[in-house]
Amino acid sequence: MTTDLRFEFVPNKRDFTITVKREFNAGRQLVWDCHTKAEYLDQWFAPKPLTTQTKHMDFREGGYWHYAMITPDNEKFWNRLDYKTITPIDGYTAKDGFCDETGAVNPDLPGSDWTVTFADAGRRTLVTTLVQYGSAEKLQAAVDMGLEGGLASTMERLDELLVGLNG
Amino acid sequence: MEHIQTDNLSRAFFALADPTRRAMLVRLAAGEATVSELMAPFPLSQPTISRHLKVLEEAGLVEQGRDAQRRPRRLTATALSEVDGWISALRTQWASRYDKLDTLLSTLNGDKDDD
Repeated sequence: MTTDLRFEFVPNKRDFTITVKREFNAGRQLVWDCHTKAEYLDQWFAPKPLTTQTKHMDFREGGYWHYAMITPDNEKFWNRLDYKTITPIDGYTAKDGFCDETGAVNPDLPGSDWTVTFADAGRRTLVTTLVQYGSAEKLQAAVDMGLEGGLASTMERLDELLVGLNG
Repeated sequence: MEHIQTDNLSRAFFALADPTRRAMLVRLAAGEATVSELMAPFPLSQPTISRHLKVLEEAGLVEQGRDAQRRPRRLTATALSEVDGWISALRTQWASRYDKLDTLLSTLNGDKDDD
């Protein structure tokens, strides 16, 4: 069912951005709702085997989503998504960051800026997420220093592993 | 499901799949750090941080630096390439997340059809 749904994950190491594109078998309004309403987000946002639990959701410009991703042994990782601009049902921009249970953002941990767009694709909806990392320079410096050699083969091996996991 | 082989790779993959451990690697990518320095940004106890460190060490991503007194941790040479493996782990996360959204959407669409 999902096998023919387009999925692209394109890291750009030069500016440390990642672009994620994915088609969904549903109309744009519903896909938008699933991205912007806590009762839906709680049902899908954390990847397996984690679950999502919303503590606070205020989907408006200047508002934020405060949520935990919870491991099977009940360890909670708190995150916060601060909404900057919202254009229903075309897209939104937000800042993603680590925080604690109270919602206090940790400025020392790498956050990222998200630009999420929703577009009709026939009867489907195409969601594009541009993730821009705040710590680009530091991370990129480390990448440039150490990665040139081992990088390609590691990527290939991980790719093989991922193919194995997905298959 | 097929059992996944290659111990080191599986361990690295497991290590990279956790957001706290990824954040620790990012911190270490900027330079070596002691356990308490690594702990500082997290609302987590030292045993929890130490457990995460152990996972990273067993995966061959992190090792102890030279200073015997401060016992700083640093990335291993191969770990620097694993930071990019982190990107692959992220891809898996997004793929998994979206698979769950597929399930939710088909449920919601199903509800609509029942009207």
